[in-house]
Amino acid sequence: MKQEITIEIVDHIDASQVYGELSHPNSGGICVFVGAVREFTQNEQVIALEFETYKAMAIKEMRKIAEEAYAKWNLNRVVMRHAVGNKGVEEPVVVVGASSGHRDACFEACRFLIDTLKDRVPIWKKEIFKNKSVWVSATP
Amino acid sequence: MEVLLFGIAKDIVGESSFRFDEGDVLPGSVFELKQKLKQSFPELDKLSSLAVAVNSEYAEDEEKLSRGDEIALIPPVSGG
Repeated sequence: MKQEITIEIVDHIDASQVYGELSHPNSGGICVFVGAVREFTQNEQVIALEFETYKAMAIKEMRKIAEEAYAKWNLNRVVMRHAVGNKGVEEPVVVVGASSGHRDACFEACRFLIDTLKDRVPIWKKEIFKNKSVWVSATP
Repeated sequence: MEVLLFGIAKDIVGESSFRFDEGDVLPGSVFELKQKLKQSFPELDKLSSLAVAVNSEYAEDEEKLSRGDEIALIPPVSGG
């Protein structure tokens, strides 16, 4: 049987996997956000992003966020999956999604899932440029 | 007492964890822990924010620390 909530930290994300995880007989709407590595940040070329996490806590926080989404909207499935390690340009690094009877709930929930993940899940990304690397948002 | 370190905090301290020595006075609260580590590693004070997790949950400054707790420094997160 499929789980209602799927939470994972993985080495590699297969963005095509999520449809099967979110589909549900009562879901007329499925909304997915995929975050990927962008080649340029403020006109500087990014070679790769390096992600690390405090896994035990990240899983706990992601589960709390998914449960908050369930409490706020009428959802049938939620997926939150983040990658760790070195990711090149165009590679997916995060996939979140929700499915619901109608589209409004899953659109709103999907936005909440990614915004809240970025706000408080203990995952850190370092931008690797040609001649330097920078932990994102670390200093003012 | 051991403190797990991640991201820029790990780079600042130069290790993936920081251990208080046997003879050290251990910090009694989250606030004291932050003060002690910022004194030892002033670069930590320059971060946009610095949170502490106790047993893998965000902890307020007033929260008391016990010897067996799993403690981690949480510099500004940047997932997604």
